[in-house]
Amino acid sequence: MTATSAPAGRNPLRMLKNLFFPVAPAYLLMIIPAIVLFTFFIIYPTIQGMFYSFTNFVGYGTFHSIGFANYKAAFSDPTIRDSYGFTLLFAVVACIFTNVVALAIAIALNAKIKWRSGLRTIFFMPMVLSGLIVSYIFTFIISTSVPIISAAIHFAPLESNILANQHLAWLGVVFVASWVAIPGAIIIFLAGLTGISTEVYEAASIDGANVWTTFRRITFPLLFSFLVINTILTFKNFLNVYDVVVGLTGGGPGTATTSVAQTIFSGFFNGDYAYQMANAVIFFLITLFFAVFQLSVIRRRGGGL
Amino acid sequence: MATEVSTTAVVAPRIRTRRPRPVPEGGRINWGLTIIVAIVSLIVILPLYFAIAMALKSPAQTGTGTGFNFPWPIQWGNFRAAWDLTDTPLAASMSLLITLIAVAGEIIVSALAAWAIVRNWGHWQFRATFGYLMIALFIPFPVVALPQVKLMSAIGLDNPFGVAILHIMFNLAFNVLLFSAFIRGIPVELEESARLDGCSTWQTFRRIVLPLLAPISATVGIFAFLQSWNDFMMPRLITSNPKFQTLPVVQYLFQDQFTTNINVAFASYLMALLPTLVAFLIAQRWVVSGIMRGSIK
Repeated sequence: MTATSAPAGRNPLRMLKNLFFPVAPAYLLMIIPAIVLFTFFIIYPTIQGMFYSFTNFVGYGTFHSIGFANYKAAFSDPTIRDSYGFTLLFAVVACIFTNVVALAIAIALNAKIKWRSGLRTIFFMPMVLSGLIVSYIFTFIISTSVPIISAAIHFAPLESNILANQHLAWLGVVFVASWVAIPGAIIIFLAGLTGISTEVYEAASIDGANVWTTFRRITFPLLFSFLVINTILTFKNFLNVYDVVVGLTGGGPGTATTSVAQTIFSGFFNGDYAYQMANAVIFFLITLFFAVFQLSVIRRRGGGL
Repeated sequence: MATEVSTTAVVAPRIRTRRPRPVPEGGRINWGLTIIVAIVSLIVILPLYFAIAMALKSPAQTGTGTGFNFPWPIQWGNFRAAWDLTDTPLAASMSLLITLIAVAGEIIVSALAAWAIVRNWGHWQFRATFGYLMIALFIPFPVVALPQVKLMSAIGLDNPFGVAILHIMFNLAFNVLLFSAFIRGIPVELEESARLDGCSTWQTFRRIVLPLLAPISATVGIFAFLQSWNDFMMPRLITSNPKFQTLPVVQYLFQDQFTTNINVAFASYLMALLPTLVAFLIAQRWVVSGIMRGSIK
């Protein structure tokens, strides 16, 4: 008698299983592979990298712990500091530029214009293109075509190749990275705009509101949550900028446009493995800071919206 | 009293008929704005025209000009040369392989995980799993790249399959988020009645849940397609054999050889860009609504 009831109640394996996942086995088969693979491919290397950042590991051979030495060196390394300077400046400027332009275009594409769907198609196209290849195309345009055209119309600022100018090359990166990112932002703004009832605008025009007042009092407040989403998405992507920099400037001239991602990847060479892991951990903490900050903004807005 | 009733009766239908109409039909077309938007759209069109014009010229025709001049006579040979030089078919099949595995894998793995999590939300174990998977939202690839590249080569996955697996893993958090938000909107009664009819958990998922997930699966699939096809960072670092590289990485690897004939380079760029562009133009409505759905969730 006890033999039949024992497996259900006292089988230690089953008890263990029920302690952690007290549901049908099918559900476990759905979720455990995901957990295992995720742990192995993402969490394990993350922890491993954090561990190496406290050692003098060069990628092979023996190593020992050196405490915070890598971090101290990273903070006083001008290459690393400059890459953060460029990446943050680029991310902030490109994020603002992308959102302002995308908002303006989205409002125009939502208005009563001719060939609306055709124009939308055109503006959406860059979204599906590879950032690297787009950058190669723009490299040639900016370095060769634009100076010739500028010389012909006597437009001095662009007569020389700005990608070869140490102080201006980052603007080229901002332009091309935004060119690729703007369509996605437009689509999200359009999703917000189509949600605004036309009656609101009719009421506003009856009350005599002009275009600017309508934008400031109706469109902008109703679109604010979409602006927050867009800011988060674009800023996060811009912080990891890599393709566009590789395609446009290769990080140059000199190291003027070297992004953090590029500096981290340099850890594959020069025996900088553990050193760049420390850089990666610093980068992770900065990303985390922005993510938590953004989430708190969303949550605060989430109550009201 | 009678007049009041009649006025509302007259006014009401007019409002009702106006509401469902999309914006452009009502009111006059704004021609000034149309012209401005059309001019601004040149910023998108001109670079693409430039790439096409460059791909159809000989170096002599490019000369020292801006490159914007119309190619005449057209040099179709650039495409042939680029095709042979970079072995486009091989690179395209690598891109396709990674994209197909990533699209299918992202939909299946995250749909299953999200469904299991949402339907067992009452157990803390599943809530914890959800939180655990969400960690990936805060880990961009550059942060883990160094140890990850070592790991992948140590276990023999320094190839397109490894790249596809990493695409699935890195997007798992975001995809589970999308799927679980969508699944919460599906009434559980449908699944319960299927179970009463004798469906197992797997059958319920396959016959009832998966079909209902079609719209959000499309969203996840579109994101996965665009990301995997255009990714440069991961295949470049993970795949060790240059023969198995994807289309974007191949453009990078051939930069040195491209400098001798920039027109062949542009032909190669165009061939790498065309698949997504054509797919987008065919399925535009789908793609746009898919991305909108993803952004609102």
